Amino acid sequence: MSPSAPIDDEAAQAGKAAEAVRDMPALMRALVQGVRAMCQSDTHLVGIATGGAWLAELLQAELKLPGAHGVLSSAMHRDDFAQRGLSAREPTRLGFDVNGAHIIVVDDVLYTGRTIRAVVNELYDYGRPASVKLAVLVDRNGRELPIQADFAAVRVDLPSSRSVDLRRDATGNLSVLVEDKS
Amino acid sequence: MKILIKGGRVVDPASGFDQVCDVAVAAGRIVSIGDAGSDFQPNKTINATNCVVAPGLVDLCVRLREPGHEHARMLQTEMAATVAGGITSLVCPPDTDPVLDEPGLVEMLRYRSEKLHQCRVFPLGALTRGLRGEVLTEMVTLTQAGCVGFSQADVPLPNLQILLRSLQYASTFGYTVWLRPQDRDLGTGVVASGPLATRMGLTGIPVVAETIAIFTIVELMRSTGARVHLCRLSSAAGLDLVRKAKAEGLPLSCDVSIHSLHLVDSDIGYFDSRSHLQPPLRQQRDRDAIRLALADGTIDALVSDHSPVDEDQKTLPFAESEPGATGVELLLGMSLKWAGECGVELHRALAVLTSEPARIMAGNDSTVRSGGGRLVAGGVADLCVYDPHPEWMINAANLRSQAKHTPFSGYAMRSRVCCTIVGGYLAFEA
Amino acid sequence: MLYRRNPQLNKHGELVHLLSIEGLPASILRQVLDTAESFVSVNDREVKKVPLLRGRSVFNLFFENSTRTRTTFEIAAKRLSADVINLDIARSSASKGESLLDTIANLSAMAADIFVVRHSESGAPYLIAKHVAPHVHVINAGDGRHSHPTQGLLDMFTIRHYKKDFSNLTVAIVGDVMHSRVARSDIHALTTLGCAEVRVVGPKTLVPADMAQMGVRVCHTLAEGIRDCDVVIMLRLQNERMSGALLPSAQEFFMSYGLTAETLQLAKPDAIVMHPGPINRGVEIASEVVDGTQSVILPQVTFGIAVRMAVMSLVAGNESN
Repeated sequence: MSPSAPIDDEAAQAGKAAEAVRDMPALMRALVQGVRAMCQSDTHLVGIATGGAWLAELLQAELKLPGAHGVLSSAMHRDDFAQRGLSAREPTRLGFDVNGAHIIVVDDVLYTGRTIRAVVNELYDYGRPASVKLAVLVDRNGRELPIQADFAAVRVDLPSSRSVDLRRDATGNLSVLVEDKS
Repeated sequence: MKILIKGGRVVDPASGFDQVCDVAVAAGRIVSIGDAGSDFQPNKTINATNCVVAPGLVDLCVRLREPGHEHARMLQTEMAATVAGGITSLVCPPDTDPVLDEPGLVEMLRYRSEKLHQCRVFPLGALTRGLRGEVLTEMVTLTQAGCVGFSQADVPLPNLQILLRSLQYASTFGYTVWLRPQDRDLGTGVVASGPLATRMGLTGIPVVAETIAIFTIVELMRSTGARVHLCRLSSAAGLDLVRKAKAEGLPLSCDVSIHSLHLVDSDIGYFDSRSHLQPPLRQQRDRDAIRLALADGTIDALVSDHSPVDEDQKTLPFAESEPGATGVELLLGMSLKWAGECGVELHRALAVLTSEPARIMAGNDSTVRSGGGRLVAGGVADLCVYDPHPEWMINAANLRSQAKHTPFSGYAMRSRVCCTIVGGYLAFEA
Repeated sequence: MLYRRNPQLNKHGELVHLLSIEGLPASILRQVLDTAESFVSVNDREVKKVPLLRGRSVFNLFFENSTRTRTTFEIAAKRLSADVINLDIARSSASKGESLLDTIANLSAMAADIFVVRHSESGAPYLIAKHVAPHVHVINAGDGRHSHPTQGLLDMFTIRHYKKDFSNLTVAIVGDVMHSRVARSDIHALTTLGCAEVRVVGPKTLVPADMAQMGVRVCHTLAEGIRDCDVVIMLRLQNERMSGALLPSAQEFFMSYGLTAETLQLAKPDAIVMHPGPINRGVEIASEVVDGTQSVILPQVTFGIAVRMAVMSLVAGNESN
């Protein structure tokens, strides 16, 4: 195999992923359908700051759930505090009693699983939930912990040299971008 | 030993002599300035091309910490550092341990220093026993033992009754009293009063501590006829009072330290105890006034204010640290730096280190062996040869003194002493 | 003068020591306040602890006694899951120099991560910061008259909480400003955060004219000082002031500068009243004001824990040089 082949493979993989996430409305329809199927009458939606919170806001409206969506910050329980310091994102804001609650956590991208581990710990600081499910927009390969989504709108394979992020423009429109990290 | 110093720029501030020529030294005297003649066969020739040949420097304030630090071999190291700085005569204050208030102590100090064959040491005797401000010292006996004047060092001025009496007694014999003008009650503080002290939360010494002291001293001079040398002026307002007193014709002289000449209160930086000095560094206005006054003669001499402080005493919170800095190796360079920055002639830059301090030391008494300050054929051979060009960084590695602490750490210094001759003896060669 | 980098910041401009508010850019002050916001809510959780400093040691080095301040730092550190060691070093004149540097040397051998230092001499924390190992962080809990940065920050947090925007505020600091490290820290923080007007109020012996150079308006009457202001910060008057010929008596001070329900009316009707504590009721401030509706003195204490948590977690997450 020639030396340039792996790079070509990566580019090809990235190209396929970009194609899979291009149609945002389709992804959103899939996510709404998937979350509706998991919802019970007393389910609470909580989005992980920042991308997951945007999605939770949209879902709360689409599914016509009472009240407001919650926001979860992973800042307090991250496992990389010593290397990266404290991140300054939106703090946790729940608005309901976690004890005995059925919760669906929403995030934009599920990758290593470390963020999910951190936010579950964060939830536990507030009480003991009855159940916690995970819904994500994009599930990419690369798990480093035994954590899986209960629903993902799309699954992609991406090399570690690429990132996939949810972006929100000035008018509030969401889109998913695949980018070269270098 | 016969020494020939060839081809240097020979500068004698006292006479104004300034020519590139040779200087011949023999039997402790300057044999000739100019062509030495073929008869002069030197044992040693010093090539002084591109160098300046000046009178040996006279430093009016060097603390040798002797007696007091004998165990640390302080006398040896500090005297070696002194000649390395081009200094051939130094005056040391009496605040040693024990205080220089007994002829025996003065004799011992002179004996020990003379044995080292470095520079000449001229002690100041304590004005009062133990510097306690109560009982006069035996000024006549102390002068016979070698004291060139009397001082309270940095100990606050005693009560005015005692000060008046000590000035009266000293003036009976024409002795000069060397006083640091700082009022005892107003002078408790560690930095200069002002916005910086207020911002940093450090106790300040107001300018009035100096001006009130100068005013008091001048009044007492008028009533006693005493000759006074004021040590370490620090403020513009203080200099105004000195100017007025001199204009009146009072026998008043004064000096300033290399620190007050170049630095200001903000050089304390982040509570750097190397800038903890007495008197404290004042503001820009004061530094500017000091620079002008040193140039125009209101201030007579520039001193190093060499005060070695142990490492332990500096690694303490600012107010608890001991004030003082190393200085003998920086005296020449700091005068030249001032001259360069302020457009002052070389003659004046050297005069404040040589002829002027020598004059102050001699005081009333021309018979006091003042150790030169002049380059004159037939005169004492105390000389300093220096190269004004090389640049070096002021840091611990480059200092010979045991005291490494200076607020000038990290500064670049121009000029290097090539050799120092004391009484015709080559005391230092680079 | 040679340029000296602010020892509080690493080469990336991040906070590694908190020694003073001076020299810190507004962005860092805001970072602390924003981070403290998240920590306020930790109080409301069932588990009032987050694991950010788990496995780290915080050493409280108090060369000057203060149970109150030390306790809030202890609570803050424990809420971050840090191990806390308290060292009360009695300052005897015999052990002055020894205590300080010998203690630091010994503690370095014990793998401390953060030193919280209170000392009666201005500048002491800078000396300590110079002598600790590279990964160790120093937080100043008060040095002499110079600085009390965590108090300054919690005061700013309090003001921001009730008043939101600094740019149209008038803040008055009343009392023994000359001897107050809290006043100095408040002044630096307010001016850095763009406060419209900062006034210092007190007699000439306690409020020197050259304070104006710090960017404040010097007032010598309470009427001038607190008229129409939005925030009144009262400072504690210490007994020593009487012995130094700075004041004749506490009663006369109260008469001229004491904050009572009546004098408080000079300020805006919605003005808030603050005090760093401990309060001398009837000396600088009347009980009716302390317990009144405009007082935010108790919330200050709660905010103080969150702010100290923020400071500790921020410095601990930044690499020293």
